[in-house]
Amino acid sequence: MTANIKDFPGTPLSEKDFKEGKILFNHDALKGDFAWDTGIAIGSYLAALKDGVILGAACYTCNKIVVPPRTVCEWCFNPMDEYIPLMDSGTINTFSLCYVTWDVKRIEEPEIPAVIMLDGASSLDSGPIMGGIMHLLGEVEPEQVHIGMRVKAVWKPPEEREGSITDILYFKPIEEE
Amino acid sequence: MNERVAIVGVGWAGFRPATPELSYKELMYDAAVRAYTDAGVNPRRDVESFVTVAEDFHEGVSIFDEYVPDQLGAALKSMQTICGDGLHGLATAYMLVRTGQFDIVAVEGHSKASNLLTKDEVTAYAQDPVLNRPLRFNTHFVAGMEMNRYLYETGTTRAQCAAVVVKNRFNALANPSAAYGADLALEDVLSGPMLSTPLGRREVADHADGAITMVLASEQAAQHLTDIPIWIEGVGWCNDSPSLESRPWGQALYTTQAAQMAYRQARINNPLQVIDFAEVDDIYAYKELQTLEALGFFRPGEAGELTADGFTTPAGELPVNVSGGSLGWGHLFEATGLARALEVVLQLRGEAGVRQLEDVEVGLVQSWRGIPTTSGAVAILSN
Repeated sequence: MTANIKDFPGTPLSEKDFKEGKILFNHDALKGDFAWDTGIAIGSYLAALKDGVILGAACYTCNKIVVPPRTVCEWCFNPMDEYIPLMDSGTINTFSLCYVTWDVKRIEEPEIPAVIMLDGASSLDSGPIMGGIMHLLGEVEPEQVHIGMRVKAVWKPPEEREGSITDILYFKPIEEE
Repeated sequence: MNERVAIVGVGWAGFRPATPELSYKELMYDAAVRAYTDAGVNPRRDVESFVTVAEDFHEGVSIFDEYVPDQLGAALKSMQTICGDGLHGLATAYMLVRTGQFDIVAVEGHSKASNLLTKDEVTAYAQDPVLNRPLRFNTHFVAGMEMNRYLYETGTTRAQCAAVVVKNRFNALANPSAAYGADLALEDVLSGPMLSTPLGRREVADHADGAITMVLASEQAAQHLTDIPIWIEGVGWCNDSPSLESRPWGQALYTTQAAQMAYRQARINNPLQVIDFAEVDDIYAYKELQTLEALGFFRPGEAGELTADGFTTPAGELPVNVSGGSLGWGHLFEATGLARALEVVLQLRGEAGVRQLEDVEVGLVQSWRGIPTTSGAVAILSN
């Protein structure tokens, strides 16, 4: 709703109406606990992250490398040829400055999700390259971020890594000479 | 329009109590690549549309259709995910082919039940949130109440329900894909702990992981793809009232309606005469008896006695759940209907191995969406 509109139709509800039981509602919370089997491809990916390595999967029929790795190539439907370590640096494909948090709070300093085309994934240069990792940017002024910007991973210290996508803290700009 | 539709390829992975070595995507791929190979099709080139079935709460992912295409070869192709049982998916794939817009369509269902740690709590979310859920009953109470009314109305006994467990879990011993084969005596079943009276814990199917893919084709396409097309002669589906307060508890009218829809298409007036064998709901043992009566094979009250007498064993007059059913191979969530259809396809092809039935031409598949629903579907297949 915008403050520019003065008159809204209907009857506005207040916190007091809820507290006084004038509005009837049921509250319930879902108890859904899941433990997803990571399997071969994602399991290998997470294990490699713990070692400070980003794994991709290559299909040499389609000339594509995907991150994270999978067992099957979605373009030709054959098994992937191999898992290969990629550089932890790359180029921003797209990004956004996000002014609302995960749990819906408004923030002054934006969070910056980005897809980064990893170096090494671009060694296969025929056809679209799919070697992008979805992560976030840090140590950067929001207004400086741009598509095509060169960035590099900042890792958690080895003893703190747990085989998770968050073993990479964020990507930060590479200082170009 | 395509007048006739055939199942021309089947593939499956599982079924096991847990599959920690594979992600759900890898499990789906395993089944899909087998189905495409069985059908002799390339999914990227030949399959024109894809239908999958999944329930977001079971997957732990909202809008689950987004996570389906790559492992099925469906990326950038016509596809949809239905929140329903595998037989709803089969019916939808069937209709896609019937329209004449598609000649080759794949349908997929899977279960990673082992990954859902709070199955009962999530199932409770199928209860009405305002009227029923605040009473805080474990949802198995719905099965207990339904069984109670069914036994009351028909005179069926607990021992007759237990005979279903003995039969199906024994059948599962002859099925290499079944997770829960067992050689039990009636007393073993009846002496187990109560779950929700009169329903005993050992009359409930345990969950399993697995994936199933099938390839459907128009008659013209099927002629090029296979020597043994399995024809879909009829499909039907139906839901009764969701209301626990006013539903008819003793009988599965939704199954009767779904069956009549399928029988009409298949021109079947006397199912017991025409249908050689059936794979039907047995997530709870009493459901098999209630379902056989709803399908018109027997009159209310007859199924229990006939089952106890061996009428529905593999050597009986009407073999039911030769595969082992849900009790034998495990409750596969939304994949359940496809698992039942899979057994009928294998039997009609003569590829059921040591459990192969002799001289079968027409098989019936029926599936139920589980507690607390009144959602059922039926398909008639022939060779």
